[in-house]
Amino acid sequence: MIESLMQYQFLQNAVITGLLIGLVAPLLGVFIVVRRLSLIADALSHITLTGIAASLLLEKRVSAINDWNPIYMGMVFSVAGAILIERLRKVYKHYEELAIPIILSGGIGLGVILISLADGFNTDLFSYLFGSVTAVDRSSVWTVLFITLGVIAIVILFYKELFVLSFDEEHASISGVSGRWIHLLFIVMVALVIASSMQVVGILLVSALMTLPVAAALRLSRSFKQTIGLSIVFGETSVITGLYSAYHLSVPPGGTIVMTAVLILIMTIMYKRMQKQFLVKGEAS
Amino acid sequence: MKQNAIVEMKDLSFKYEKEWVVKDVNLSIYEGQFLGLVGPNGSGKSTLIKLMLGLSKPDVGSVQLYGESIKKFDKWEEIGFVSQKANSFNSGFPATVIEVVKSGLVSRMGTFSFFNRKHKERAMEALRTVEMEEYADTNIGELSGGQQQRVFIARALVSDPSLVILDEPTVGVDAKHVTDFYNLLGKLNKEKGITLLMVTHDIGTITDHATHVVCMNKTIHFHGHSDDYKEFSEEDLNQLYGHAVQQLSHNHDHSGVSHS
Repeated sequence: MIESLMQYQFLQNAVITGLLIGLVAPLLGVFIVVRRLSLIADALSHITLTGIAASLLLEKRVSAINDWNPIYMGMVFSVAGAILIERLRKVYKHYEELAIPIILSGGIGLGVILISLADGFNTDLFSYLFGSVTAVDRSSVWTVLFITLGVIAIVILFYKELFVLSFDEEHASISGVSGRWIHLLFIVMVALVIASSMQVVGILLVSALMTLPVAAALRLSRSFKQTIGLSIVFGETSVITGLYSAYHLSVPPGGTIVMTAVLILIMTIMYKRMQKQFLVKGEAS
Repeated sequence: MKQNAIVEMKDLSFKYEKEWVVKDVNLSIYEGQFLGLVGPNGSGKSTLIKLMLGLSKPDVGSVQLYGESIKKFDKWEEIGFVSQKANSFNSGFPATVIEVVKSGLVSRMGTFSFFNRKHKERAMEALRTVEMEEYADTNIGELSGGQQQRVFIARALVSDPSLVILDEPTVGVDAKHVTDFYNLLGKLNKEKGITLLMVTHDIGTITDHATHVVCMNKTIHFHGHSDDYKEFSEEDLNQLYGHAVQQLSHNHDHSGVSHS
């Protein structure tokens, strides 16, 4: 793969994008998981699909936008979906999680209609659903790079506010932290990262890259910073192993990346269990 | 000497759905007081605290903190809060004790400032005050209820506040540690001059430690020195409650009011 990597630009694109999202998806994922918002990533990835479908349809019907990268329309829909979820959470104050299935099914419903109008499912769409080693072009690499740098900068700048909001919203409020703005900023970042990740991991599996490495890290870490660090390590390991095996097995990388993440998760659970048994035995003897 | 009221609540009323939970409360808290806020379950104590801190908005009345309307108030570093929720936080949260305590400094820090070594030292100092420094690197979820409560007090103290509000802090803490806990509060009040407001339903213990007692059941029925409060016998108290309640409102039963 190394040799091909030097040779083919498409592979370089996939690897660079993969490494970027392997970092930034788990980074945001930590905050998503501890705030119990794991399903938001799913809702947003499905509405991203709607954006992709809309873009593919427009491309077909309007000749002027022949060369549009569907990732941008995906981002627009994802961000709009994020803002809508926030609105809906206020409408259903006592059933905040209702916003998620509303956006998720609404997104898929509209997506199916748009896809059919755009002459149905084709290979393009398949690669958006499950990821692809070949579909990433140079302009997407730049877009993902900018988004990654932006997200890292914002997380560093607002680290203490994000931490306080995640740990204890009431305490954030009496610390003078404006929860509403930070939350909006956060969910827009999530929307952008999801849209960025879809070319490599695929829409249906993006949320896994945000949650599985974090789930594994939670088993092993004591501190919040350690959780972030380990999540990124597990995210990158999943992306690198996943891309490598996807290339050699000729399967969509979404599957191999997510299965690597699942494997890491199983290993951490088993490790923790063994450690516990060992401790019990140690105490008994 | 005229004392400064650091909290001033005027004609405060709040209703949940259609029922008044807090009604016509006028209450001022002065520098240096250790105020015990007591009353039966569902008497609106916690709601009053939320109104005081701007976590809920009153239907009628106003709140002033340090002479400033709550809407404009921004000196949050002056106030430390240990909520009832501290007993039921997400105990799987991946944070160490020191990380939790440092988060209490956010109110003192500007928007684009970062935690540094000085902040860590302050957090360690707050942990020493509650005798928890050896647990600095322990995961918060691994501690016992009483230990967690101490950590949350350290978080409230770390910003060097002049007023600390505690909502039922002894719930879930075993009896042996409750005494230590009151001793700690007494020390904070007397030695550090921190004004304390503590919500509790444990009337017996609070009157031994607090300087003042406020007794409420939707409205305030007693507000005065704890010594005056202690002079009442249980019978007198029941009578005081009943009498006061009858004067203010006739439409609910207070036979369930208990003083243990």
